[in-house]
Amino acid sequence: MKYQDEYRDPKLAGSIVEAIRKKSDTPVRFMEVCGTHTVAIFRSGLKELLPKTITLISGPGCPVCVTATQDIDRAIMLCQERDVIVATFGDLMRVPGSESSLQQEKARGADVRMVYASFDALELARQHRDRRVVMLGIGFETTVPTIAAAVYQAHQESLDNFMVLSAHKLLPPALETLLSADEVNIDGFLCPGHVTTIIGTEPYQDVVDRHGKSCAVSGFEPVDILQSIYMLVCQIEEGRCEVEIQYSRAVDAKGNPRARQLMEEVFEPADTLWRGLGHISQSGLKLRKKYMAHAAESHFALTVPSARELPGCRCGEVLRGVCTPLECGLFRKNCTPINPYGPCMVSSEGTCAAYYKYHQD
Amino acid sequence: MTPRIQMDHGAGGRASQELVARTFMPALENPILSELNDSALLELQGLSLAMSTDSYVVDPIFFPGGDIGSLAVHGTVNDLAMRGAQPLFLSVGFILEEGLELADLERLVDSMASAAREAGVQVVAADTKVVERGKADRIFINTAGVGAIPPGVKVAGQNGRAGDIVLMNGPMGDHGVAVLSKREGLSFQTEIRSDSASLNGLVNEMLEASQEIHVLRDPTRGGVATALNEVAQQSGVGIQLDEVRLPIRPGVSAACELLGLDPLYVANEGKLLALVAPEEAELVLDAMRQHPLGRESCIIGEVVSEHPGRVILKTEIGGSRIVDMLSGEQLPRIC
Repeated sequence: MKYQDEYRDPKLAGSIVEAIRKKSDTPVRFMEVCGTHTVAIFRSGLKELLPKTITLISGPGCPVCVTATQDIDRAIMLCQERDVIVATFGDLMRVPGSESSLQQEKARGADVRMVYASFDALELARQHRDRRVVMLGIGFETTVPTIAAAVYQAHQESLDNFMVLSAHKLLPPALETLLSADEVNIDGFLCPGHVTTIIGTEPYQDVVDRHGKSCAVSGFEPVDILQSIYMLVCQIEEGRCEVEIQYSRAVDAKGNPRARQLMEEVFEPADTLWRGLGHISQSGLKLRKKYMAHAAESHFALTVPSARELPGCRCGEVLRGVCTPLECGLFRKNCTPINPYGPCMVSSEGTCAAYYKYHQD
Repeated sequence: MTPRIQMDHGAGGRASQELVARTFMPALENPILSELNDSALLELQGLSLAMSTDSYVVDPIFFPGGDIGSLAVHGTVNDLAMRGAQPLFLSVGFILEEGLELADLERLVDSMASAAREAGVQVVAADTKVVERGKADRIFINTAGVGAIPPGVKVAGQNGRAGDIVLMNGPMGDHGVAVLSKREGLSFQTEIRSDSASLNGLVNEMLEASQEIHVLRDPTRGGVATALNEVAQQSGVGIQLDEVRLPIRPGVSAACELLGLDPLYVANEGKLLALVAPEEAELVLDAMRQHPLGRESCIIGEVVSEHPGRVILKTEIGGSRIVDMLSGEQLPRIC
């Protein structure tokens, strides 16, 4: 398949690994921010090809994993309403809330539908005018424009039974929080390619200028990731610190202004709670006044008791890169993909799930 | 919260395995059932018989390359064939939803009849139940089958040995992707057709070519990854796969990429995995390639004594990783 096979080419991968080995001298720690990167790194067995000088740490970029328990509880509360269809991306189904999960509620009779796109949820709303369809708005800047487009369209069609529970997250404030906390030693970031197609590289300039961390915007195939690691190694060995784009076949430094315009038309920044990172100011999104009719909170009282952190669960630390899943006492014992205790085990892009599925002890 | 059945329990992966171990086995256990093979081995008055049963709930009931009728024959015939048995007799149970169009039922029954003829099996017992609209989804079918195991044939999930070569009779994931492509709310254009077929003819050719076929397994729900994990556990061996050798059609690969699926976990209905002694592997491979359902047969890996119970994949770029069983539901109602 084009744009895939050439980025999995064993020879090319081998030569980049060789170049990294030659160049790398200083021990460094790079964080891959995005869950898709984490999975690609594990699936390709890439870690074992790298020299010992390079440590890869997984970051907070799995949207399901950073969704707060309270937001899951809100979704569960909504699906218990008789006239509600909850539409969600698949991974969210099994994330445990305080008492239950969407999947368990579905087994008890709730109408929870898995959709692949926000417009599928819109279609559900058109087909079921007598019911209220709530799309769970989860994800970073990559998915936000599609949700925004669905809200915009619903507004145009006066489809007043379509609404969104917005638990969206913005990436730059999370990076800032991570760096300000200073609890993890990071020398550089593998920046998320798909988020960057939307936001462009400007938000990373702060990471470079104020925090002195190297950045490489990376694609998702093994060769992409290896090349990005090589870029970061070169920056550090040559004493440079800048934002470089490896994923140039998809990313423009300016991002996608049209998508951002749509986002800004429909949403405005709001404070939000992250699992693992806590409250971060202006790091989430809520619907603007004009579109409030499509906000779940306009139709339902969404107050839920503040959720207790799961005792013993180290997902928060895993999300901040403070520890690896192997250091968590629950991993593989009380926490497995079948009976996940914490969110990082649930999502297919979660760090714990990736360790469970692919890591050889 | 009261534990309830969830879709995961029917996906053929780890949750299904747990349900079997915790709920079914304690109540129903006996030495034959405990072997957990695709079909049971019955030793009666000097005869070796294989027996199997399977229920079919695929949605949609007609899909590119097949339908629920032919699938209900192929699936059970294949479970028998994976024991090296000659499938002989089938029983059929229909659960029909009120309102199902009679013409659809007739089409499905015709399809079953021709699948049975092709496989050389007779349907010798049948039952029909009708439930109210909404209590089933158009039609569910159960089939059970009995076959005779020829003398000298010893094929079972426990028989894998270090050194065995792992063969497969063609590309993986066709069935799952074909069914998905017609799923409501998910339709996409593809040329991929289900591989649904009876494999007993192919197995005959293989068994004639060699007595050193140790394990046969059809990678249905849960796909190649789950089937090989089961074999690794049953035989107490490790299995090493080579990513560059895994046969996957470009259309299946593209669809999986798009939907976030791993082809190693996507269902097949006309594929088998064979663990064969290394010295006879080429012989068996040649025999497979002579058969219409084995033209694209290839070697995908080998059995090792290291990491017993585990499947390890050598990746395209030269790394390695675990290939685990299917953990959650990848796709519901695929067969």
